[in-house]
Amino acid sequence: MQTPETVEVAATEVPRDGQDSPHFSEDAVLLEADALQALIDGLRDDGYQVMGPMVRDQAVVYDEIQDVEALPSGWTDEQAPGRYRLTQQDRARFFGYTVSPQAWKRFLFPPERRLWQAERDGTNGSFHVTTDEDDPPRRAFLGVRACELAAIAIQDRVFMEGPYVDPVYAARRRNVLIVAVNCGQAGANCFCTSMGTGPQATSRFDLALTEVLEDDRHVFLAEPGSDAGAALLDQLPTRPATDDDRAAARRVVEEAIDSVERQFDTDGIHDLLLDHLDHPHWETVAKRCLACTNCTLVCPTCFCSDVEDRTDLTGQTAERWQTWDSCFTLDFSYIHGGSVRDSVESRYRQWLTHKLASWIDQFGTSGCVGCGRCITWCPVGIDLTEEVEKLRAAVTTPDSPSTKDGGDRS
Amino acid sequence: MASPASTSEKPKLAVWKFASCDGCQLSLLDCEDELLAVADAVEIAYFPEATRAEVEGPYDLSLVEGSITTPHDAERIHKIRRESKYLVAIGACATAGGIQALRNFKNVNEFVALVYAHPEYIETLKVSTPISYHVFVDFELQGCPINKYQLLELISALLNDRRPNIPPHSVCVECKRRGTVCVMVANGTPCLGPVTHAGCGAICPAYQRGCYGCYGPKEAPNTAALADEFLRLGQDHAAIARFFRTFTANAEAFRKESVAHEHEV
Amino acid sequence: MIATASNPRVAHPMTPVLGHVRQRWMETDDTFTLELDVERSAPFSFRPGQFNMLYVFGVGEIPISISGNPDTPEVLTHTTREVGIVTRAMRQLEVGDVLGVRGPFGSAWPAEAAEERDVVVIAGGIGLAPLRPVLYHLVAHRERYRRVVLLYGARTPEDILYQDEVREWSSYLDVEVHVTVDRATRRWHGNVGVITTLIPRAPFDPKNALAMICGPEVMMHFTVQELHRRGVRSDQIYVSMERNMQCALGLCGHCQYGPSFVCKDGPVYRFDAIEPLFSVREL
Repeated sequence: MQTPETVEVAATEVPRDGQDSPHFSEDAVLLEADALQALIDGLRDDGYQVMGPMVRDQAVVYDEIQDVEALPSGWTDEQAPGRYRLTQQDRARFFGYTVSPQAWKRFLFPPERRLWQAERDGTNGSFHVTTDEDDPPRRAFLGVRACELAAIAIQDRVFMEGPYVDPVYAARRRNVLIVAVNCGQAGANCFCTSMGTGPQATSRFDLALTEVLEDDRHVFLAEPGSDAGAALLDQLPTRPATDDDRAAARRVVEEAIDSVERQFDTDGIHDLLLDHLDHPHWETVAKRCLACTNCTLVCPTCFCSDVEDRTDLTGQTAERWQTWDSCFTLDFSYIHGGSVRDSVESRYRQWLTHKLASWIDQFGTSGCVGCGRCITWCPVGIDLTEEVEKLRAAVTTPDSPSTKDGGDRS
Repeated sequence: MASPASTSEKPKLAVWKFASCDGCQLSLLDCEDELLAVADAVEIAYFPEATRAEVEGPYDLSLVEGSITTPHDAERIHKIRRESKYLVAIGACATAGGIQALRNFKNVNEFVALVYAHPEYIETLKVSTPISYHVFVDFELQGCPINKYQLLELISALLNDRRPNIPPHSVCVECKRRGTVCVMVANGTPCLGPVTHAGCGAICPAYQRGCYGCYGPKEAPNTAALADEFLRLGQDHAAIARFFRTFTANAEAFRKESVAHEHEV
Repeated sequence: MIATASNPRVAHPMTPVLGHVRQRWMETDDTFTLELDVERSAPFSFRPGQFNMLYVFGVGEIPISISGNPDTPEVLTHTTREVGIVTRAMRQLEVGDVLGVRGPFGSAWPAEAAEERDVVVIAGGIGLAPLRPVLYHLVAHRERYRRVVLLYGARTPEDILYQDEVREWSSYLDVEVHVTVDRATRRWHGNVGVITTLIPRAPFDPKNALAMICGPEVMMHFTVQELHRRGVRSDQIYVSMERNMQCALGLCGHCQYGPSFVCKDGPVYRFDAIEPLFSVREL
């Protein structure tokens, strides 16, 4: 078993390969569903804390699992804008749900973290800083979806490939082993096929599983994606996959592709959004938007954080904390005199245009992976794909309201 | 607080009570471990719930609990303001009028006549109002009751002359940070979290209940959009009016929303 | 420098080093200057237009532009106006007191691109502070530039920053200085009115000039309009933007401005890069 330090995390390409037709590695092996526990045991024996899906609070959430009993076997989810319901499936697949309300980001980009603490020295404001020892646990993520791999790749770029590296993220990221699980179904808010991020995991994993549940068998097709993944497979009771096995896995992924109902037209989206920053449609969205921050906090790529300087009562000790933040709060854009983005329309516009347009300028890819979380977990069900389509319709209809800066560049 | 108002070394803290249940004052006593640190950092000059000792003003920091409901209180709060360098309103009563502001929606004389044998002895104002309605308030710490950690944070910030880390964003931020699944989306439970000021730590959703709005309105809340969603979830106007008319019924955003739905009934 | 791109894991880049106040003085009623000695292993250097994050122990951290001479970077100079809690605490610092320092961060004024050209420096209020390093540079390397013009607008004569230096620059035959105030007082004999009124008669060749502007956004907006009117193109104009900054590393997201982060892509932008954004409200 290799050490996690060798896990390749510096690859730069976000997987967006069109997902034309599912293809499975020649190195794939077959793992009986009964052997899934052996996989978990193997990871735990190698010192990994295994994080995986489980049912809690009427949803599938990601948390530490000890054994297969914790997995949401037989559960699936029904999603719609502003709505999520767990239901039982006839077929007892371990991974029969789509995506959790929580993204994996909470394990890599913790919601709250102390960066340092400092003690006052004397009375002249001098101090000495103690940086917290950051020794994150080695973790294995079990059940990472293709869209989530794309999201992790995007955050890798944000936190580790710019002029400054976020050491908290980097330390956690280096310690992660990824077991991806291909989707066998899509939720009603999924649009990975439009964003080119899924449903099949094609790269940036250590191990990828495809769960095959047929009349007479329940197996996983397992593909190694790294030396660490291959070494893990070597410890397990597997047999080489046959062409029939690969065909069965292909049917699973094809079923997922076929069940993606949501189509999102991203054609020209960069200019469509950035050329219409003053369009009246933003105001229409703002009437419904609660500015509650849910979309940004469930988004697997949103990375904004707040820096808080705290003290104790005596003023002898100070601490700096970094916490999840959101461009939907008023404080987010505060400079002396007031908030730059005072209106909700300006805040919604900031989020959407960043996610879908200016992200491309900044990081070379869209900030959206098509997981649909922001649609499902918006308490009032605002659907970003629908809002973009409405804007597109409004600006392409001849009698649409004129815009201040639109038109000439689109 | 660079220059204490008194000659003693420590800043003087006073805790004042108006119409209220004492719960917010008690959250200061509830600080237990931290209370020693507070007592160490400040001179507790006036705090009837905690000590009989009484030190004359002026005070560096006055924590004011409760709403103004009588003519006498309306005068007393001005006196306190004059004696206080910083005046902080704590709790739903002091920041919004409290549960007793339900009277603001009715004729208070009818309540008085129903409750008291001799209504002529009762001297009360028609409305229950927050402290800021009467005097300038340096900070409003919302919550019914307030969160003791937020109170400590506020005192620390004032003692150290810094901005308190008490964000006015929604309860949703707290749910998401602690990893609570949204009860409204996953279960159809009406929840005031998206329009409610953070601070409680999002306790109710963590126990599968919708937020009751104890901390009052968040910054610029869109109550109308949330109420529309409640209607879609099967709530009627009367129920929606009740959602917004509880501990912070008189807070402007919640008051308007409850009145709007009351008129729809 | 605390942590750089080439050496990111020395310490968390959010960790400050200590800066000792070696001198402090008031520039105006509400604006003060601090000179700091910074404890660091490598020599401090900065480019005109860059900023530092300054931290007052237990109070908070804010971005402040560097306003000293880039040729003597061992003295770190910051001029600050008291506008909030952290700046109030900074104002109360005395010689020997200590601040936390991170930096320098951000983009710089185009001192090299301006060579062989007319340079028009336009400052509004405290906006002179981030421009002062480039003025030092222009004066020190005067031979590299053609005409050098400073247009400076303050609220009142009492609000004029760096009065001695402004007077000294005015005395140079090869530097053109025009100052205007919004409200005159009795002893003021200079220009009265907004800064845009200085632009039409300022001596520079619009075809060849390079303009550097810093001031409130609305001031920069009208200044750019006036420069356009004189025939200065957007790619000859540089502005310094302000947004909420917390990490200064391009990681926390607060200072986003269109497709950029002001802390790392700014604060100094060539105007044509942000022109489509500049008139958008609440961006």
